[in-house]
Amino acid sequence: MRIVVGEGSCGVASGAKKTEAALAALLAGRGGGIALEKAGCVGNCYLEPIVDVYADDGSLSARYVHATEDRAADILEGAADDLLISGEDAAFLTQQERIVLRNAGLINPEKIEEYIAAGGYEALKKALTQMTPEGVIEEIKASGLRGRGGAGFPTWFKWDAARNADAGGGAKYMVCNADEGDPGAFMDRSVLEGDPHAVLEGMAIGGYAIGAREGVIYVRAEYPLAIVRLETAIAQAEEKGVLGEDIFGSGFGFSIRIKAGAGAFVCGEETALIASLEGERGMPRLKPPFPAQKGFWKQPTNINNVETFANVPFVIREGGAAFAAFGTEKSKGTKVFALAGKIKKGGLVEVPMGLPLKDVIYGIGGGIKNDRAFKAVQMGGPSGGCIPAALADTPVDYESITQTGAIVGSGGMIVMDEDTCMVDMARYFLDFTRKESCGKCNYCRIGTKRMLEILERITAGKGEDGDIEKLEELAVKIKDGSLCGLGQTAPNPVLTTIRYFRNEYEDHIFKKKCTAHYCKALIRYEITDACKGCTLCAKNCPVDAIAGKVKEKHEIDQGLCIKCGKCEDNCKFGAVVRD
Amino acid sequence: MFAEIEPVMEKYAGVPGSLITILQKTQEAYGYLAEDAIFYIAQRTGVPASKIYGVATFYTQFRLKPVGKYILMLCKGTACHVNGAAGIEEAVSEHLGIADGETTADGLFTLDVVACLGCCSLAPVMMVKGPAGEETHGALTKDRVRAIIDEIGAGEKSLKA
Ligand SMILES: Cc1cc2nc3c(=O)[nH]c(=O)nc-3n(C[C@H](O)[C@H](O)[C@H](O)COP(=O)(O)O)c2cc1C
Ligand code: FES
Repeated sequence: MRIVVGEGSCGVASGAKKTEAALAALLAGRGGGIALEKAGCVGNCYLEPIVDVYADDGSLSARYVHATEDRAADILEGAADDLLISGEDAAFLTQQERIVLRNAGLINPEKIEEYIAAGGYEALKKALTQMTPEGVIEEIKASGLRGRGGAGFPTWFKWDAARNADAGGGAKYMVCNADEGDPGAFMDRSVLEGDPHAVLEGMAIGGYAIGAREGVIYVRAEYPLAIVRLETAIAQAEEKGVLGEDIFGSGFGFSIRIKAGAGAFVCGEETALIASLEGERGMPRLKPPFPAQKGFWKQPTNINNVETFANVPFVIREGGAAFAAFGTEKSKGTKVFALAGKIKKGGLVEVPMGLPLKDVIYGIGGGIKNDRAFKAVQMGGPSGGCIPAALADTPVDYESITQTGAIVGSGGMIVMDEDTCMVDMARYFLDFTRKESCGKCNYCRIGTKRMLEILERITAGKGEDGDIEKLEELAVKIKDGSLCGLGQTAPNPVLTTIRYFRNEYEDHIFKKKCTAHYCKALIRYEITDACKGCTLCAKNCPVDAIAGKVKEKHEIDQGLCIKCGKCEDNCKFGAVVRD
Repeated sequence: MFAEIEPVMEKYAGVPGSLITILQKTQEAYGYLAEDAIFYIAQRTGVPASKIYGVATFYTQFRLKPVGKYILMLCKGTACHVNGAAGIEEAVSEHLGIADGETTADGLFTLDVVACLGCCSLAPVMMVKGPAGEETHGALTKDRVRAIIDEIGAGEKSLKA
């Protein structure tokens, strides 16, 4: 028997390490026969901590969810049936099609043997011993794989350009973009934590294809666990000889090192990333020359996203056609989405491209938390946009999503309900891009600030006639006047919310109303007849704006109220409402 | 002086492109980048102090002021924002009397608002970085976040006693 505790960041945050310790302590007193292991995140983040029990023949015999430390003994005794995953929750996974996440949550990411046992490094062996670099690129071309970092550029094309670039006798570099800057996305983190070897293998295959002997992974500093797992994986791969000199006796050598980012969204952009790798301020530069011609240390460099690399071993091992069997005409394969926000079942979802949005949100994600009304889904983060509920039939592929004004982006999917204010969301993203603008282009640096000021004014109840038009005008100019993708896409969250939720802007500006009851300046707190007169609200009001006798309905003096919401937080009867 | 970063200097001072790594290791050792540390790095690497300052201020990870023993990395990424992170920040600020970037007078807590810790499905989320490493807390409420802070505070008090 084998017990596996899911220890991705989400599992650990839910107490998985404590569960593991409790299991270990109990097992220590029992004598052998049962192995205790850990794995990455299987994807059902909303059910963490998750403990899997495998029978001796390797089959999964039980999956326990919300398996906190106090239930460890019950799990070992077989007295935790109440924690067994329900059929509905199990369907969260069975409805998916997993290529990138094939090993996530199943193998121990800190043991290369488990990756190898699952077919790992076979693709690298095949590439190095049976294929030419050109043949590898052909196979990638046949797969139709497009970059998963946001732009969706065909991977084979970039590899081909880097392969044909003249290194002038110097080196070429293979860089993995693990900066995962979209705030609200965690696909890359889960892959790095759950299956780091898939990324290393993909990079080595890519290195062989373009003629690079050195790889660098640029990981964001906020992912300490991912960095540790990658370091372990690299050390084990070197020991096994799947990284290093003369891999599989092919004469090809490849090494990989890690470089931790230092917290700058713009460093996800290729040329900024390269500047950062060189120890500089991460400022983008004009392209061309493209990194494929002049990249890291001015040498030919290819940059791909984590998920792009994680697809590569599958494509080489199973063939491009097997990958292309999934997806649509122009968007091949599967895509991992990080489902979060006001969703019942938040976690990692990998589906064939082209599946309708609603199948992801309702079919797999179980719909909206607390059964509120679905309003929109944000895709593409600060570069993307909000797709309204009315377009829930849109197939998730690059072209269809772009048509809505959003982008597939790196795979963040933040679900919003009727309590989410769309003007505030636009303000939120502009606040983000304004802070993250590197400052090189005037339009990006100053334009985003001006847009933010207008949005802040609107949400503060001081919107004016003409504000929407001013936002639209600025948006076009910022798009045109910015050098890199950050500025070129920064207005998208504003443009899509104006396009689909213009009425909310108008309500804020002209009626001084926030229909989502979110913007503080535009709401009133009121006490309803549900009030039992417990006096808690009055006691907690910092400005003594609430009056009323014990056991009698209380009243709020609107003139005194500062809208801090303490009354609502403290009311046990839901009698304080926002209007 | 700066003995703690001597091994780092030996390994990286002469390696081009290592400035960010050196700054990260220096901050790891001292908690922040002091002015004299920046001048020392300039002297050892030959990179002008002005340029080091430029790099240090470009990246949000680097701090030029001392920090508390525990850093409260409160997430305000999109998923956390949608799930009420603004209210959590208010609760922390009020409870400790500090705003983003500030440190409590007793030197125990620094509030650091960040954009996404990658645990979005547990939103709202906070990572506490302390002497024993990082611990992430999810599904925060105002009450829970106050309780987490109080628990750390109480642990520190009993340490002293
Ligand atoms: C402002 C900005 C931020 C970006 N952030 C990321 C990121 O965090 N991760 C990523 O893989 N790509 C990011 N990209 C896209 C990269 O520039 C690049 O297109 C990508 O890494 C290429 O890999 P791919 O072809 O495999 O997608 C960003 C682009 C811009 C303009
Ligand atoms: S948005 Fe808070 S953890 Fe990602």
